[in-house]
Amino acid sequence: MATSVQRASQLTMADLKGRVDPDWCPGCGDFGVLAAIQKALVELQIPSHNVVAISGIGCSSNLPGFINTYGMHTLHGRALAVATGLKLANHELTVLVTGGDGDGFGIGGNHFVHTMRRNVDLLYIVMDNQIYGLTTGQTSPTSRVGMKTKSMPFGNIEAPVNPISLALAAGATFVARGFSGDQKHLTELIKQGIGHKGFSFLDVFSPCVTYNHDNTYQWYRPRVKKLEDDAAYDAADWTAAMEKSLLWGEEIPIGKFFERTDLPSLHAAEPVLNEGPLVHLDPRVPPDVARGFIEELM
Amino acid sequence: MKQTFAIAIGGAAGQGVATPGDIFAKIFSRRGLSLNAYNAYQSIIRGGHTLLTIRTGPEHVSNMGDRIDLLIPLNQDTMDRHLKLLTSGAACIYNAETIKPGSAADGVQLCPLPVSELADISRNKVAQNTLAIGAGLHMMGIGFAALEEALREQFKKKGESVVVENVGVARAGYDYAAAHFTAFPNPLPKTEKRYAVLSGNIAMAMGGAAAGVKFYCAYPMSPSTGVLHWMAAHARKAGIMVRQVEDEIGVINMAIGAAHAGVRSMCATSGGGFALMSEGLGMSAMIETPVVVIDCQRAGPSTGVPTKTEQGDLWQMLGAAFGDYPRLIAAPLDIADCFKVIPEMFNLVDRFQCPGLVLCDLLLSEGRLGVDPKDLDFNPAIDRGELITGVNGNGNGASAAIATNGGYKRYKITESGISPRAVPGVPGHIHTVATDEHMEDGVLISDEFTNPIKRRAMMEKRMRKVVGIEAAVPPSTLWGPRDAEVTLIGWGSTKGVIEEACEMLNEEGISANQLQIRWLVPLHGEVILELLKDARQTIIVENNYSGQFARYLRSETSFVPDGNIRKYDGEPFMPHHIVEAVKEQLAGKTKLSVPMHEIMV
Repeated sequence: MATSVQRASQLTMADLKGRVDPDWCPGCGDFGVLAAIQKALVELQIPSHNVVAISGIGCSSNLPGFINTYGMHTLHGRALAVATGLKLANHELTVLVTGGDGDGFGIGGNHFVHTMRRNVDLLYIVMDNQIYGLTTGQTSPTSRVGMKTKSMPFGNIEAPVNPISLALAAGATFVARGFSGDQKHLTELIKQGIGHKGFSFLDVFSPCVTYNHDNTYQWYRPRVKKLEDDAAYDAADWTAAMEKSLLWGEEIPIGKFFERTDLPSLHAAEPVLNEGPLVHLDPRVPPDVARGFIEELM
Repeated sequence: MKQTFAIAIGGAAGQGVATPGDIFAKIFSRRGLSLNAYNAYQSIIRGGHTLLTIRTGPEHVSNMGDRIDLLIPLNQDTMDRHLKLLTSGAACIYNAETIKPGSAADGVQLCPLPVSELADISRNKVAQNTLAIGAGLHMMGIGFAALEEALREQFKKKGESVVVENVGVARAGYDYAAAHFTAFPNPLPKTEKRYAVLSGNIAMAMGGAAAGVKFYCAYPMSPSTGVLHWMAAHARKAGIMVRQVEDEIGVINMAIGAAHAGVRSMCATSGGGFALMSEGLGMSAMIETPVVVIDCQRAGPSTGVPTKTEQGDLWQMLGAAFGDYPRLIAAPLDIADCFKVIPEMFNLVDRFQCPGLVLCDLLLSEGRLGVDPKDLDFNPAIDRGELITGVNGNGNGASAAIATNGGYKRYKITESGISPRAVPGVPGHIHTVATDEHMEDGVLISDEFTNPIKRRAMMEKRMRKVVGIEAAVPPSTLWGPRDAEVTLIGWGSTKGVIEEACEMLNEEGISANQLQIRWLVPLHGEVILELLKDARQTIIVENNYSGQFARYLRSETSFVPDGNIRKYDGEPFMPHHIVEAVKEQLAGKTKLSVPMHEIMV
């Protein structure tokens, strides 16, 4: 096999360009999320072979194919479970999980809740467009009441899930919301999420220009208000975060709702990993330990 | 006929059936006796009816057998259900103050224990159990020292006074039997052999540890939970990450995630959980990340009979996940094989980068067998296949160099269908794996420009692995005389009982041989046809209703047996079930025998 060319230079945006260009619709919010992820990785200078982007299925879940890091494009709703296994087997890797609202809060809802309570050290970015795009426009778990879609043509009558409140209730140790229309702010949140030691949840308003005509860039732009602009807001205060998470309408908060750093992440709490990542452990059981296992049965 | 001795201990769940069972098992195995234990129980924590059968002997004891030599009923219900099963020469030890015997067959010795005279029952609630152990051991011709040692180990955590009290109670039972009961004519012998006594679940868990499994995860489900329990209890010593996951969908996906990072990864479940894993297996095959899944079959469909055995998941295994993909399916033949099959399976799935399924069942999972410790080899061959890790990867640490990627193609089209597998973290080999169809470099062909030529090439690449798999797995062989009058064909856990049925038939002058299938995929159908072409009368024996293996064999080879013996009442075959069925089929009475299980459990 050919040896790679040695280059001591810095990681650049060009290095992170995927083998193919995104096939999202022109104007899709996901372009902004991809670019923000790439910018964050460049700013953090994490070697790209140590990054794994893991996704489920859906428009946004195609993202791993568009970024030059290791990637796994898994099953619908299962990215967090796969990512948990991968992180626990090699916690030296930086794990980014990316997907959509249907993937994460619908079919993957169970894993979403449990991955948060486990405090697995990864960043989960949901490109939340409040619609199913790849299946051509059906109601999603975050679609607002009254929204008309192909699956609910007379208007949605089911209450949407509130991802931020849910994440806070489930014990996520970093909870934030971004807007694809504000790249700089989003990049900063991604950097913070990667830096956080534990489960980081980042819900991103990522408008679907083809199927969601309610929650557009124009709809969001005047509404989103950065929590960081409120000097009195304390992201260490869980109750305050919960209160903020309920705001929806004329004013919708974005930014870091909550972070706590006093809890160990799952891999840090696991004594089996004291000797290092599983991938580096000797596969053989030491002979005296093996003998002990057999003697227990005699 | 080989010398064996079977004890059956029965009572309500929570009455303490397990402890006497453990003590007997320990004493027998330390005498160098082989043993096989089967616990018939229900899905209840307290109450119901449990019957533990322990069969022992100086030669290999492969199944529960037909005969109970000693019955120890701990309650009236057990006496009422099972005394009638005893035949001449057998004995029944019971608490004379709480249990009334019914009518027993001629030659059955009733052994009532005056429990309150022999022990202080206000202090010791399970005195009747301990007295019965003592009495029983005397009747088997085993010296008291062995029992004292076993009791000491059993109760040492509870302190010396508890040990002394239990030893005293056991001694009273032992002495009472000496004075009042007739000992069995053949005392249990001693041999120089040494055995480890373990369940199939423990065997598979230990086999995993021996194979170098570093990640195990599961959702509790009978009868597979024993694998999780052993793994959890021994994880830290063995250096294994063990996780309990929210559901089996999470289990398979988490296991694949860990495997993808480069460790050997395993999970176990039963049929219901396996059904949830189906889509994940397809992912393992499509992204070519190997994983081993154990299915401990129980009686289905649906929740079925959670505590009862069946071989009813074969077609679920064969059809698990949509689309065509290479897979391996092995059905371990006995509890020792439960250990051995795991490292073998891992070497194959690592080599061929596909899922491997181990089709076990409750009979093996929860049964116990005395196994020669030498058969528990913690140093088996480990072949990780074409795996590129940080150690052997040829890249360098400079992140920016990865753009060139050294020409690495994760799904390189090769003659064997096997493409060298780099794990995340290795410089110079960056790629994205996808459950969508992809090109050699991992780029999807499913979305933008679907390409029939590339799709065909990738399907053929993956499926070419089947050729290698067939060559790597040995076919089954025929055991017994080639020209036998009858050939019994079984798969997996029925090995022991069919073997004994063959011995019994041969003793009765009906020559019988056995074809036992261990590898269901690859099946080696042409070898099976060759083995069976001269067979005079073929009968397939299996623990399910529809003849799942018979149907599979026919679909692969067009072979149709002369007859079938099937059982789907939740209980395993006993040797006489097979012997009697063979005789009725040889006499031309039927082509399908469904033996009735006589023991009501």
